[in-house]
Amino acid sequence: MDLALAPETLARWQFGITTVYHFLFVPLTISLAALTAGLQTAWVRTEKEKYLRATKFWGKLFLINIAMGVVTGIVQEFQFGMNWSDYSRFVGDIFGAPLAFEALIAFFFESTFIGLWIFGWDKLPKKIHLACIWMVSLGTVLSAYFILAANSWMQHPVGYRMNEERGRAELTDFWRVLTQDTALTQFFHTITAAFLVGGAFMVGISAFHLARKKHIPVMRSSLRVGLVVMIIAGMGTALSGDMLGKVMFKQQPMKMAAAEALWDGEAPAPFSVFAYGDVDKGHNKVAIEIPGLLSFLANNDFDSFVPGINDVNKAEQEKFGPGDYRPNIPVAYWGFRWMIGFGMASLGIGVLGLWLTRKRFLLPPGLRTGEDEVPHLVLFKKALSPKFSQLYWLVALWTMCFPLLANSWGWIFTEMGRQPWVVYGVLRTRDAVSPNVSQGEVLTSMIGFTLLYAVLAVIEVRLMVKYVKAGPPELTEADLNPPTKVGGDDKNADRPMAFSY
Amino acid sequence: MQLHDVWFVLIAVLWIGYFFLEGFDFGIGVLTKLLARDRAEKRVLINTIGPVWDGNEVWLLTAGGATFAAFPEWYATLFSGFYLPLLLILICLIIRGVAFEYRHKRSEDRWQTNWEHAIFWTSLIPAFLWGVAFANIVRGVKIDQHLEYVGSLFDLLNVYSLLGGLVTLTLFTFHGAVFASLKTVGDIRDRSRALATRLGVVTAVLALAFLIWTQVSRGDGGSLIAMVVAVAALVAAIGFNLAGREGWSFALSGITIAAAVAMLFLTLFPNVMPSSLNEAWNLTVTNASSTPYTLKIMTWCAGVAAPLVMLYQGWTYWVFRKRIGTQHIADAH
Repeated sequence: MDLALAPETLARWQFGITTVYHFLFVPLTISLAALTAGLQTAWVRTEKEKYLRATKFWGKLFLINIAMGVVTGIVQEFQFGMNWSDYSRFVGDIFGAPLAFEALIAFFFESTFIGLWIFGWDKLPKKIHLACIWMVSLGTVLSAYFILAANSWMQHPVGYRMNEERGRAELTDFWRVLTQDTALTQFFHTITAAFLVGGAFMVGISAFHLARKKHIPVMRSSLRVGLVVMIIAGMGTALSGDMLGKVMFKQQPMKMAAAEALWDGEAPAPFSVFAYGDVDKGHNKVAIEIPGLLSFLANNDFDSFVPGINDVNKAEQEKFGPGDYRPNIPVAYWGFRWMIGFGMASLGIGVLGLWLTRKRFLLPPGLRTGEDEVPHLVLFKKALSPKFSQLYWLVALWTMCFPLLANSWGWIFTEMGRQPWVVYGVLRTRDAVSPNVSQGEVLTSMIGFTLLYAVLAVIEVRLMVKYVKAGPPELTEADLNPPTKVGGDDKNADRPMAFSY
Repeated sequence: MQLHDVWFVLIAVLWIGYFFLEGFDFGIGVLTKLLARDRAEKRVLINTIGPVWDGNEVWLLTAGGATFAAFPEWYATLFSGFYLPLLLILICLIIRGVAFEYRHKRSEDRWQTNWEHAIFWTSLIPAFLWGVAFANIVRGVKIDQHLEYVGSLFDLLNVYSLLGGLVTLTLFTFHGAVFASLKTVGDIRDRSRALATRLGVVTAVLALAFLIWTQVSRGDGGSLIAMVVAVAALVAAIGFNLAGREGWSFALSGITIAAAVAMLFLTLFPNVMPSSLNEAWNLTVTNASSTPYTLKIMTWCAGVAAPLVMLYQGWTYWVFRKRIGTQHIADAH
């Protein structure tokens, strides 16, 4: 069968498309749930109206986003059985449990409490209503943890034994699956990266309005929250990324060698800034490098030995038999760079933003602004010219996309860098596909999902833009007088619902 | 009773929970065209399930995840075998979820009308297809010695399974109409009750034919009891509906669903997916299940989490217990 249309290739494309698409909504859901909850907490504690308006504004964008995250997540739950039935048979004893935990604990939390939150403004006392959004947030984080524990087992299988008779892997230590260093560092890295997405989202949209001098009190506070989140999350992402890198150097040396296009092992090994190579011959034609840095990233030691692609390939051939154990090197190499590049660029723009909009620190007193004024952007002693100010707001707006790109490339890198394995060192991807599903069936579903997702993307983005432009809503009497008992106060039985579909 | 038997029961419970809860959600979706006269009434219907539909749907995800964990072979054979019907269900559920959340977010008439069409069709199609799928599971499908489904799409379309599809579709619509009469106020409440009676009669005829067929071809003592309960509950649900006792009617239409699903699982046991080619190739609770260690962990998790879920989901229904009518629908979007 033509390799380009082999069921394995198609199933991988479908998994890639549906999962990367799903993961555009996931990090924003995780971070916006917590940020909205934080803003609502500020409203409940301070009773400042700008916080309630901010809660309603970001909450609405959060809902538009989570709707897509939820429905695209349904596919993920069933896709393993549909396209990867041999994988499911092989790993179900281990991989199924975290998935079931995720549904039973996290999904129920999210879906039930989001309903309460959306429709509960006039049905729940203030504090209980606030608790609901925190439950949603908890649900999103737990969900991430369980699914990452499952994915980590594919990256680094632990706590299992092989049952040759039944031809499958069987769980022996669930606690190890949940707490192995791969799972914990991946979780740390993914959550911080998610908050980088949410922080940048808030900054971008606040910048959009501040550049137009609209909705200033809400957007000024949001900008500040967003910038602080972006910087903490950005630093956390870098730190956890370094930790995860060190874990990967030990557990999947091939992935990291591919990430660096390091063909032959070296001590000390350089970090590659740019490389252009010949995959068939197994060497680089052009390479710009920083000496010793890769050794440090791998082992905290500038002189240590780092094995190269050719070394690991040979070692794996000896261990697993003849074959090519190299992933797609250009994708791994560039995926790794786009991930770091976009992630760190957004951190840099965040740091610059926090400095430019500082309130007091090293700021000439004449340039300080009140809560209802657009902050001056001050580099040293003088405010930036209007032209440069507008430029920064514009850059901040587009920076919104950077962490999303970094997240996508991160997943593409780590999943494609593990190939040809689906479970590293245990099960090859080509042995994981459904043997009884035809090429036509996979093609149908791949095209079906892709077209549907494309249409939904257009609808979602246009809706987002509409609600972003509309700005925070005006508050009503009902907003400011939440009910005092569960089920709502029954002063007027015919009063319209605060929110209805 | 061994752990894999416990999990067979728990999987049945998850599907019962799913069909009980999303059953009336699907029914409400179908009723937006069958019952509602204008947009305001459509919105009343949609808002009766507004706060809860998402939580109801998670029962499906949990049933899927739990099957993966407890019976990996069942999960693998079922979802790779029933590929295209499942694909259609997934696409419907995707569009349906978005439709609920986005319909009111723009005021253009065309936008809202399109999403309303979507809600109707994406409720009707899965309500029908789930019946087709379960009837085929009970009937037995072409499974080979490697536990792989080797039939085609057309093997899944037979008189028995299509009848099964009609039963779930009408039963869910009836369940939805009873739910609507319980949750609404005004003119629409009376009309949903009248419609429920007619739907109930149609459902009863179809369900009786399907359940008797099932009982005669593969039933035993246990399934007979479940069948009698299902039929009696359905008749009583229609009776209470006629008498205007909406709460009782709803509880009984729920029991109908529960007993009918229980009957299907009772005829299956100890198989989970019988093979129509050779009995030796049946997927059973033993050859499809996970290890006792995994099942033990799952049992602990379910034992702690499931009662909690029912508690807080139940609380949600209590929070939104008030009936709604057209006067409660604001123009805001």
